[in-house]
Amino acid sequence: MAGTSECRDEAQMIASILAGDKQLYHELIRPYERSVYMMALSCLKNEADAEDVAQEAFLKAFYHLASFRAEAKFSTWLIGIALNEARSRLRREGTLRMESIDDITEEGGHTTPALLRDWREVPSEALERKEVRQMLQNAITSLPAIYREVFQLRDVEGLNVVETAAALGISVGNVKVRLHRARMMLQKQLAPLLGKVNPKRRWLPWL
Amino acid sequence: MVIECKHVWDCISGYLDDTLSLAVRELVQQHLDHCEICSAILDSTRNILILTADDQVFELPVGFSKRLHARLDQELLPLDKSD
Repeated sequence: MAGTSECRDEAQMIASILAGDKQLYHELIRPYERSVYMMALSCLKNEADAEDVAQEAFLKAFYHLASFRAEAKFSTWLIGIALNEARSRLRREGTLRMESIDDITEEGGHTTPALLRDWREVPSEALERKEVRQMLQNAITSLPAIYREVFQLRDVEGLNVVETAAALGISVGNVKVRLHRARMMLQKQLAPLLGKVNPKRRWLPWL
Repeated sequence: MVIECKHVWDCISGYLDDTLSLAVRELVQQHLDHCEICSAILDSTRNILILTADDQVFELPVGFSKRLHARLDQELLPLDKSD
């Protein structure tokens, strides 16, 4: 997503849309379709619901475009809307657990990583294997919501910490703490599994 | 000054994002240079971040974009009729 907004004048596009050129909205949102869908999927964990919420978020953003303030980034604003849509759906369905308030303390407590003696790089080609992709998806999906949201925006979608903080309505400090915990949790869960994924070609005959 | 492994673990994220202060980064680096366990933790975390950032991990459903824009047209076009 990085770099998409630099070469387009989004403020001008938004002004034109508000002045009546509604078709331009299709172009405005095109670079953010993926991020909005992924944010919804990250919350709802169900593809059909995520697609529905993503569509609702894009419509809502259109109808509220006049309230968008230029000091924010359009992408961040959009993702914030998607997140709110997803959360209110969970709330309606009674599945929003209050873990963000009750279960997890931000400060204190270490996540002990998986201890390994050495690490052989798992190349991106391994992602061609469905079970590897599934393993990564499962690990991210199983993170508690407050960590998953930060990880998804910062490390999967590539927002910076300030944008991530703005989209989630939390402080930059909280983004950093949650991001670190999320990464360590993923390392703990994934490193032992991924370590076994790629023993190809380099079999040692005496093992 | 020497730091323990668990202090290095707290700095892994900052090390990867290059947000540690110079002094802390140097301490962490010295530790990493001789601790194979912390080095493996750093390398595996970095590797996991590279893999999870790959677009192949989470793909948009087939036809997502087409359905989205069709829905937008359906909802937004009627607004144009008065134009």
